[in-house]
Amino acid sequence: MGQVLTIRGVERRFDQTLALQSTDLDVAENDFITILGPSGCGKSTLLRIVAGLDHPTAGEVLLDGRRIDGPGADRGMVFQSYTLFPWLTVRENVCFGLVERGLPRAQQLEIAEAFIAKVGLRGFEHHYPKQLSGGMQQRTAIARALANGPRMLLMDEPFGALDHQTRELMQELLLGIWEAERKTVLFVTHDIDEAVFMASRVVVMSARPGRIKLDRKVELPHPRHYAIKTSPAFTALKSELTECVRAEVLAAAIVPAAAP
Amino acid sequence: MKPLTPVTPGAKVVLGVAFFVVFFAVWSIATFGGFVQKTFLADPLAMLRSGWVLLAEMGFAKDVGMTVFRVVGGFVIAAVIALPLGVAMGAYKPIEAFFEPFVSFARYLPASAFIPLLILWAGIGEAQKLAVIFIGSFFSLVLMISVSVGNTRRDLVEAAYTLGSSDASLVRRVLVPGAAPEIAEILRTVLGWAWTYVIVAELIGASSGIGHMITDSQALLATDQIIFGIIVIGLIGLVSDFAFKWGNRQLFPWAQIGR
Repeated sequence: MGQVLTIRGVERRFDQTLALQSTDLDVAENDFITILGPSGCGKSTLLRIVAGLDHPTAGEVLLDGRRIDGPGADRGMVFQSYTLFPWLTVRENVCFGLVERGLPRAQQLEIAEAFIAKVGLRGFEHHYPKQLSGGMQQRTAIARALANGPRMLLMDEPFGALDHQTRELMQELLLGIWEAERKTVLFVTHDIDEAVFMASRVVVMSARPGRIKLDRKVELPHPRHYAIKTSPAFTALKSELTECVRAEVLAAAIVPAAAP
Repeated sequence: MKPLTPVTPGAKVVLGVAFFVVFFAVWSIATFGGFVQKTFLADPLAMLRSGWVLLAEMGFAKDVGMTVFRVVGGFVIAAVIALPLGVAMGAYKPIEAFFEPFVSFARYLPASAFIPLLILWAGIGEAQKLAVIFIGSFFSLVLMISVSVGNTRRDLVEAAYTLGSSDASLVRRVLVPGAAPEIAEILRTVLGWAWTYVIVAELIGASSGIGHMITDSQALLATDQIIFGIIVIGLIGLVSDFAFKWGNRQLFPWAQIGR
């Protein structure tokens, strides 16, 4: 399997504070990597650097061997906050990137329709974001990112603002899409259940200044069903990661948290 | 009464109308009851009668038309220039840094104080009237539009970039449409201010307009006509405000959801 993304010696300082220590990470084709860590550990910073929304103070990020120096349509992103454009309907939100690419209108609509169906929002094409629940807004955001046909999908705690039940449904939905589309995904979360359930690889980051502490393959079979969350293999991995993350949360609690 | 509890639509209308009833009642008692001299304050009936005379015999409709033309004309000129400049300032910080200090300063220059200068420069014709409205509304428009564009949610900007937007299309497809409802509200507010400037402009060196009629009436101590003129201004303001609100609702249905 080919390498999609290479993170090499990436470090980020905010003024005097070191937020992210020199970090290396290789992402292979079809990887679903979840990045776990205590809050303020720099996991979102790392993701934003990959997205090109933030710049490393040292090191570099390569996508298919090309250095990243800004945001682009080849890395679709789903944010924790609801970032649908409120003046556009669901359909026009999904078409947003396709318009940028200058696709013919008929083709835009065809693609948008397919992805709206994939996230289960058929019938809501003409709704405005404010008329949708949080879960539906995030589903639209996923469709919007996927419709662009990105090389990678970057997700920054996309289900963090959702209630527990909705969150579990969203996990299954996203996993189903990943199993079907075989996208390469980098997914930041602080929810250990979510990290294990979704991932082909879990990466645990240390407390600030962040660095990768553990990189663990998840061998659970696909397709995964929510019932897998109670299986012994899942539980074992979850308790291992819980220990690992807990140590970091404790470490983060002792050192007074600096401004993000 | 409980704080922040809404009233029913019916009660809202009744209460709104009730104010005017009370207002006219107090006015009638004060004037018909002889508590106030006619020289200082005309009674409501005299006001309506002289309003009718103004409209039917003295060509007041033409004055109203002239005033509306001046307000709308000066305001449209100001808006047409203020829109692109405000958007450019909101979007591009160097442009903002260049213009903002001057515009902030110019905003506090009272438009009415320019009238003598403008008469010197532009005479007492329409250009001078339009210029007063322009000065009165342009700088505020620029500043408010630029703030509104500059307040665009940063996460929406980032989302657009990750979807492949260029800088130019970010302005066109995110900054402008996102700020549009607020800009429309700004236009509505500033149009209201333009109305106060036009009357001042017409008080000095005008041969037509509502303000001119008011100055003429002052010479004749015709308080009934003055009050009628003031009420006409209020009514036109109210109508244009409602029209603007209605237009904004039609143009930006998404901004109404969840209000």
